[in-house]
This record gives sequence, C-alpha cells and structure tokens, in this order.
Amino acid sequence: MAMFAPLTPEEWQVLGLSLRVSLLAVAVSLPLALFTAYALARWSFRGKSFVNGLVHLPLVLPPVVTGFLLLMVFGPQTALGGLLEAVGLGVAFRWTGAALAAGVMAFPLMVRAMRLSLEGVDPKLEQAAATLGASRGVVFMTVTLPMVLPGILAGAILGFAKALGEFGATITFVSNIPGETRTLPLAIYSFLQIPGGEGAAFRLVILAVVVSMGALLISEWVAARAARRVAGQ
Amino acid sequence: MSLSVDITHRFAAFEMSVQFETPGGLTALIGRSGAGKTTVANVVAGLLRPDSARVSVDANILADTDRGVWVSPQARRIGYVFQEARLFPHMSVRANLLYGARRRGHQVRAKADLPHVLDLLDIAPLLDRRPGALSGGERQRVAIGRALLSDPQMLLLDEPLAALDPARKAEILPYLERLRDDADMPILYVSHAMEEVARLANSVVVLEAGQVLASGPAAEVLSDPAAIPVMDPAAAGAILEARLAGHDDDGLSRLSVSGGSLFLPHIDGVPGDRLRLRIEAQDVMLSRTRPVDISALNIVQGKVMSVYPGKGPGALVRIRTGEDVILARVTQRSVAALGLAPGEDVFAIIKSLAVTSGNIGRARR
Repeated sequence: MAMFAPLTPEEWQVLGLSLRVSLLAVAVSLPLALFTAYALARWSFRGKSFVNGLVHLPLVLPPVVTGFLLLMVFGPQTALGGLLEAVGLGVAFRWTGAALAAGVMAFPLMVRAMRLSLEGVDPKLEQAAATLGASRGVVFMTVTLPMVLPGILAGAILGFAKALGEFGATITFVSNIPGETRTLPLAIYSFLQIPGGEGAAFRLVILAVVVSMGALLISEWVAARAARRVAGQ
Repeated sequence: MSLSVDITHRFAAFEMSVQFETPGGLTALIGRSGAGKTTVANVVAGLLRPDSARVSVDANILADTDRGVWVSPQARRIGYVFQEARLFPHMSVRANLLYGARRRGHQVRAKADLPHVLDLLDIAPLLDRRPGALSGGERQRVAIGRALLSDPQMLLLDEPLAALDPARKAEILPYLERLRDDADMPILYVSHAMEEVARLANSVVVLEAGQVLASGPAAEVLSDPAAIPVMDPAAAGAILEARLAGHDDDGLSRLSVSGGSLFLPHIDGVPGDRLRLRIEAQDVMLSRTRPVDISALNIVQGKVMSVYPGKGPGALVRIRTGEDVILARVTQRSVAALGLAPGEDVFAIIKSLAVTSGNIGRARR
C-alpha cells in the first residue's frame, strides 16, 4: 500500500468511529463537567474535597483500572448493565461504551479548565447584574457563561483530544471490535500486532496527527475570538 | 421621598449600629475608610445581610429582618453605581445600558428613556463601543446610565469618582449635579472626598467606626468641626448658596450671598443662576473692624457662632453671616488677641482668587 494513497474504506471507518466516539464523549460530559466545575469553584459543601478527588481519579489511576471499574459497573453481567441493556441503552462492547470510557477519562481535564476559567470571573460583575434585576439563573446565562466561554472551549478541546487518544480504559471496557469499538489508537495498536503492519499503522499515525492538529488550530482560533469578546474589545 | 436605614451588625473588630433617615435629594454618606460606608451601601442594595436591618424607601420595605423580610437584590430596584463601574465586558455599551430594563421587562420604556439618559450623560457616541475601549470617566458615566435605565426607585453611588484622576472627576461632577437636580428619587452618595460632597450633597450623614456621628443639611454638618473630626482642618470649608448677579468688565463675576456680595474670577453662567460655593477655611481671614485699604474684595459681616481649638496652634471659627455659615481657620493666638467668642461681631475676608472652579458647583432650587 502506498504511503499517501487515498483513505481506504476501512480507514474511513476507523476515522469516522473515532470522531463519533470523541464527539459523543465531549457532548455528554461537557454540561456535567461545567456543573461540577461551578460547584467546585463557587459552592462550599460537605465532602467537597472528596468530590474533587473523585473527579480527578481517572487522571491518576492507570487507565486499565478505570476501564475495569467501568466494566464492573456497566458490564452486561451487572444490575445496571442489565437494566441499560433492557431499555436499549446498553454500552458494553458498543461504540457508546467507548464514548463512555473516553468521556470518563476526559472529564477531569475538562473540569480543571472550566474551573480555572470560572474562578477568573469577578463575582462583583454578578453582583452588579443582580442589582440590575437578574435572578441567579439569568446572571449565570448572561454574565457568567459568556465570560467563561473561552474556558469551556479550552476544556472541550482538551477533552476531545484526550477522548481521541484514549486507549487503556477503552480496550479494557469495550474490547477491540472492528467497526464498533476499534478507534484510531486501537487500530494502530492492532496493526502493530500483525507482522508487516507498520506501514498501515503509520498511515493512521499521520491521520491522528492531522486530526489532532486541526482540532488544536480550530480551538486556538475560536478561543482567541472568544477571549477578545470577553476582554471587551 | 426618603430612605430610612437602621442596621446593626457585629463585626470581629467593632459593632456597627447605624440609623439615619434622608429627606430626599442627594445624601452623602461620608467617613474614613473602614468606617462602614460600603457596608451600609451593600446592606441597602441587599448584597450583604447583617445581623439585623430595617431598610425602606418611602413606604416600600426592602428589609425588616425582625419580621423575616429580606427582599433579594434583584427585586429591590436600587440603581447601584460601583466604584469600579463593573460594566459587562462582553457586551456593547448599548447592551450594558439596557441590561436592567431587559431583566425587568421595561424595554419599551427604557428605549423611550434612552435618548434622555444619553443626553444627560453625554454618552450617545459610545453606544456601539465595548467597555474595554472606554476611558475611566466614560465607563463611569455608562455605569450611571445603566443604573438609571434599570427603573430604580433610588440610586446608590459608592465612591463613583474615587478611581478617577482629578481631570476625569472634574469631567463627571457636572453630570452628577444634573443627575441630582433631574432625578426624581433619593440618591445615597458614598464618599470620603470633601470637595465632591460639598458640591453635591443636600444632606450629609457622617459615619465613624460604625456609628452615625452627625447627620443633617449639608451646609450645617460640613461647617461643624465637632461633627467632622474625620475632616482634616486643612481641608475644612463651608458651603454657601449664591446667586450670580452679573459679570464685571475686569473679568470678575458678582455673586450675591445671604450675607452680602462676593467677587470671584469669571464664572460661566447668566445672572440669576444658582451656585454653590465651597470656601475653604484656610482662605478666610478675620477682623474685628471693617478693614479699609485692603486688597481683598470680599468682606462679609457676621457673628461668631463657636470656636474650635485644634490640636496644633490653629483654631476653626464658625461665623454666621446672613443665612449661611462661614468657617475660618486662624491661629489660637489670633483668637485670643481678637477676643473671638460666640456672639462677637466679626468681618470675614475672603480672597477672590482662592475660590477655585472645582469648588463652584451648580444648584437648582
């Protein structure tokens, strides 16, 4: 196979699946991460440091352990797994499961970026909004959210990159099924297991670099625009 | 239209106990930093909940903690102008101005009021700009406009000029004077700058260590050294209501005050304009007899009300002239030599050039 030939259907499939998994992972975990970041940045409650530790656990645990824990909670033999399976939302050995694993792994990075950004919002602006007649929800939507938009974007891109590269938790939780859970990193790994598969692996490596680089550039551009807006210029 | 405030709160360092009622118009809340001025402002706005508070604007009760009443800040309709403007940086000036109206569902009325506010504050050219592109003075004017357009029942200004340089302050003061005379609502103006207070306030509340030290009409409180130990004697001064009587050919303007007439360097305006002068105590000399052959043009006759010896060799003498009060800063030696005591007749001599334009404001009554 030539190094720069157009993508084969199998490669398209791997790329499409990877994007689908990463996008779903980010889309689902983003609101949750924002809520968690807000709670950690603004509220004081009992067990805050425990929640903080729990959120960061996937960052410090070996990914294989995270994957194994997911299997123990969502696996087909568990009560929750069975229930989800019964209502047609089963995730075990499905691409949605890969998205779940990727989302869990990306979660702490997203929370961190958003929390940092939230802590940068001056509560005095929110007070000013309140004196002008805005309820708490409206203050959040009209003042807080627009001002943390760069942080949310940064968190989303970071999460997307992490999800795109997620390997250990995914392969442990949902295995390595072509067309279902074989994302880019898993496909590269699989090719490297076959004698003579280095060429095919290298094409996917280039693909991974191009996609990651593209995401990074787009995010830089969007974040710069958002930051300019927030800076009031 | 009046604001009534009664707050008690125990801080780590001191106990705050503040009661006052304002007669409407612009009330200045003055005191040293740390006296509790901003705390009072934040309680009135609902941003800070003290141990106990009763706050009402006319019959409208905003807080009565003994009865469990605590209206949230968004429902108080208090136009709060903060020291640092606090404009929303991600919105245009127009969106900032209409923010409160949108929240309270008064867009139609606010858009009708907008031209008037733009005109009052001279901010029409800024409408499509972003706060980041405004000067400090422009930002503060927009913040005032934003508060005005939020349909407030009173205005609360917390040191709105403190962050500005003298030139910007001078730029905004006339707008605040217009606001005081045009706005049909009580204004509480927190400040520690005597020139601002002297120019703007109808009445004054003096705070010291969380207690009300004095309160009353501005001319009375500000000329009472006993009421204002927070005041630096070098910055002491009295407020006089004056009417512009005419302009003379040699560049001086003639003013009539209740105790006679004064000549000051040219003041813009037409005869009949009401003015407020702040005459600093250190620019006033005293004489027991009417001086003759003296360069000073302004000599008004009065009676000594009281004498306040200072900590150093100086003393502040309060003199009633007509309906006004003048403060003079002289040495204690002169007080003794002239035999200045309450009830004694005295002539106050004011140097024309000493009253600077920053100490001349507009008054409308």
